[in-house]
Amino acid sequence: MSEQVEFRNVSFRYQEDAPRVLKDVDFSIDRGEWVAIIGHNGSGKSTIAKLMNGLLFAESGEVRVSGEVIGEENVWDVRKQVGMVFQNPDNQFVGTTVRDDVAFGMENRGIPREDMLRKVPESLKAVQMEAYEEHEPHRLSGGQKQRVAIAGVLAVAPDYMILDEATAMLDPKGRQEILETVRNVQQESDLTLITITHDLNEIVAADRVIVMNEGEVWFEGTPREVFSHKEALSRIGLDVPFVAKLTEELRSQGVHVKEEPLNHEEMVEELWNLRSKM
Amino acid sequence: MNNSMIIGQYVPGHSLIHRLDPRTKILIIFFFVITVFFANSVWSYAILTAFAIGTALATRVPLSFVAKGLKPVWFLIIFTFLLHLFVSRQGDILFTVLGFPFYEESLIQGATLSLRFFLLILFTSLLTLTTSPIEITDAIESLLHPLKRIKFPVHELALMMSISLRFIPTLMQEAEKISKAQASRGVDFRTGSIKDRMSAIIPLLIPLFVSAFKRAEELAMAMEARGYQGGEGRTKIRELVFYKKDYSAFLFFLLVIAATIGTRM
Repeated sequence: MSEQVEFRNVSFRYQEDAPRVLKDVDFSIDRGEWVAIIGHNGSGKSTIAKLMNGLLFAESGEVRVSGEVIGEENVWDVRKQVGMVFQNPDNQFVGTTVRDDVAFGMENRGIPREDMLRKVPESLKAVQMEAYEEHEPHRLSGGQKQRVAIAGVLAVAPDYMILDEATAMLDPKGRQEILETVRNVQQESDLTLITITHDLNEIVAADRVIVMNEGEVWFEGTPREVFSHKEALSRIGLDVPFVAKLTEELRSQGVHVKEEPLNHEEMVEELWNLRSKM
Repeated sequence: MNNSMIIGQYVPGHSLIHRLDPRTKILIIFFFVITVFFANSVWSYAILTAFAIGTALATRVPLSFVAKGLKPVWFLIIFTFLLHLFVSRQGDILFTVLGFPFYEESLIQGATLSLRFFLLILFTSLLTLTTSPIEITDAIESLLHPLKRIKFPVHELALMMSISLRFIPTLMQEAEKISKAQASRGVDFRTGSIKDRMSAIIPLLIPLFVSAFKRAEELAMAMEARGYQGGEGRTKIRELVFYKKDYSAFLFFLLVIAATIGTRM
């Protein structure tokens, strides 16, 4: 009913004789949901992102966005609904200043100038970059550039936003900035959010997680459920976060940890309760 | 990271000349260049020189910057003058120094040609001194707009220019990084013969080219993802508007042209 993005038995390969990067991938994403797609390099997760806005087309199977199968003829309409932020902060910054870059997507859609002048500061405010409107890209940090890229997507008010490894090239501070921005944006709008990552630390706040391995959907569930499969996760090449490892160790030592803690606070809470009962 | 990186010789400022529409500046320069070739009397040159120097002063750009822009052509200006003085022999002998005759006509011709040269370079350099590269790009796009009718890719040209401008600092930072990386592996950029230094550039250029191509590809994909389909039906957030000061500038310039033509011989 409210299924917005649907992959139905989607297979894809980059060349005729190359092996398939996606094999019979089947999932759906609901409106307003935050779904994290995680997998190690070559698991097909970035290919999924490109299929969602018609930068690539499925070899077999169907990719539906808002109920319509993506094809050559409706690809520009689909791109209007699906905003995308890529990995490299520099290689997606088109404008000579922050203002020009945020406006780029709106210019492409033929939005009148007065509306753009109003929307640019609005979108910059949503990512806390309003003070940088006149700045050139080489005066910004990687995290700031990515926030500008997010503002550029917000400015055109799409239904979906895909972050394709948007934090992979940033330092820890920049990564934190982006994750916070994304969380705020998700809370304040009804945007359907799809974040693609290889870092298990980044899936914590998502509603649902799709774990990809070797071009197949390997697991689907809440972040808590994902974290309970620690051994299997490290087997498919994902780095298990410290908190999850600690839980595992505590259990093997006979300490009873009820729920899967997702972060340090939950872990502390769990341990503290444990102590007080003893 | 260098925060004060300035492309070209643009000197930011708030003078009247800075605030003129870039199209006004380009058009006035275009017609100034033509007018300079019409001048042929002392008075007409005096008027044009006064106008050019007056404008240069009005930009409030420090004169040292203006002089820096003229530096590469000083040699040419003086050379032109001397060439005329010593090589051509026209008119009456004005005076003789150590048995070498100086001719009146040659002196006048040398002086006028050098003056023309000086005026042209001085006036055109005022454009790049007072106008940012992106403004010049906008102005070119707007002025070439009529050429769209004969299928000249005006929008594409302007977009290419603005993307190049945007990537110059990025590629410069990258070049610096690569040169440091290569220097740490023992490539010597500073010493040796010119040939050695030239070949030391190669391990710098190749990685830079490879990465520039990769950037181009990713940028093209990002642009497509953001709905870029060429210039058709596109709006622009940058806008050029002729204000009253632009019309005044045109009017004033017309008077200068009229005075120049009127004082011709």
